[in-house]
Amino acid sequence: MIHTLSTSLDREIEERSGEKARLCYQCGKCSTGCLFNFAMDILPHQVMKLIQYGQKERLLSSGTIWICASCETCSVRCPNGIEVSRVIDTLREMALREGVKPAHKSIPLFHRCFLGNIAATGRISEPILMGSYKTLSGDLFSDIGLAFNMLAKGKIKIIPEVMRRREEVRKIFKETKK
Amino acid sequence: MKEYSYFPGCSQGSSAREYGESAIVAARELGIELAELEDWNCCGASSAHMTNHLLSVALPARDLSIAQNAGGDLVVVCAACYNRLKLAQKEMKENPQLAAQVEKIIGADPRFSGEIRHLLDVIMDSLDLDELKSRVKKPLSELKPVSYYGCLMARPKGLLEEVNYENPEKMDKLLAALGAEVKPWSYKTDCCGGSLSLTRTDVVVRLVNRLYEAAEEAGANCIVTACPMCLANLEMRQAEGTLQFKVVHEIPVFFFTELIVLALGNPRAEEWLGKHLVNPRPLLKKAGLAS
Repeated sequence: MIHTLSTSLDREIEERSGEKARLCYQCGKCSTGCLFNFAMDILPHQVMKLIQYGQKERLLSSGTIWICASCETCSVRCPNGIEVSRVIDTLREMALREGVKPAHKSIPLFHRCFLGNIAATGRISEPILMGSYKTLSGDLFSDIGLAFNMLAKGKIKIIPEVMRRREEVRKIFKETKK
Repeated sequence: MKEYSYFPGCSQGSSAREYGESAIVAARELGIELAELEDWNCCGASSAHMTNHLLSVALPARDLSIAQNAGGDLVVVCAACYNRLKLAQKEMKENPQLAAQVEKIIGADPRFSGEIRHLLDVIMDSLDLDELKSRVKKPLSELKPVSYYGCLMARPKGLLEEVNYENPEKMDKLLAALGAEVKPWSYKTDCCGGSLSLTRTDVVVRLVNRLYEAAEEAGANCIVTACPMCLANLEMRQAEGTLQFKVVHEIPVFFFTELIVLALGNPRAEEWLGKHLVNPRPLLKKAGLAS
């Protein structure tokens, strides 16, 4: 597969995140300590290398950028002080902005439902979040037993908790949408 | 009584109601009054910072401006909210341009001059452990917990209060003072899978199962946490791990605040036992801590 070279990738990421991927010297500490490495197609230290190589397409279409849960283990252990998880956040943001088809489409969909819930009521309400995600993902039944169990234990509030000045939160969403 | 502004966070009113309620009761038992912020909003959690950085600062910034009006320090119980609020405060402090941009977006001054603190830190810093020991009515002596902070409370380094970010110890000291036989383990700050719970359940099941295995290996009979997401993933995915890995784990998970209330002999601790997806009653009955 031929990939176009994006020579300005490390600069672009540095401008957006303040993190210098070019400092990475491939010690691999981030990847060995990563709890999610078994589910990744590109390991964190390889992400840093691919940034140095300007491999934008490969990075933005990778599964790794969505699998990373931002637990920040890599960031606290990096000997060069690179906040690896912040770099990955930036890659996700770039992928969404550039309309790259996500390798794991359910994950950005979940984020969209989560943020849609905040935009609507100001706070997360499990019935709204789970309802919208389950409907849009088509994965309706996988957690149905769990949902009943949570209802029975009073862990799901049917009537969502709604904040009062919702227009203030809606304005935040409107003005941060670039 | 020392009073603090308090940011409950969304989970504490619903899926982690036992955390929200026990936090207020435990704090009050220890002379700390938590006054909920007026009309707070969700911090944006993982979904905001993973998809829109500006939004991930602006959402908590609105809460910080409300906290500034309330005055004093701000106490948080959810590890994720704590991390997001702290980061927003830090970024705006270091980047005045960003603070000015956010000020325009939220229509209020987002600069919070107080300190954002996790309830565990507030409790441990204000507490005389010997005095606490003398107040324990029901020592947790049959409980063998492992402390599970989860990932977001102890990280990122330099930003949060925990200096020893790979091996935090405050919860161990607290639980030991309550009479528990705290077990050492090396998974204190490992991630539970966080927001992948619904989207990549397989990944979360694997991580959670690993935590249960490690807890058992350490000789623990319960896990104690300070994060609602950790507790949710641990409890929700315990049964699924049983199916996938053919090993049955039945280890109850508690919030540290529930155990404070229980050990101090406040009968309200009983109320929360029924809210757990992994029933803690058999263990507590055996330990003589519940009827």
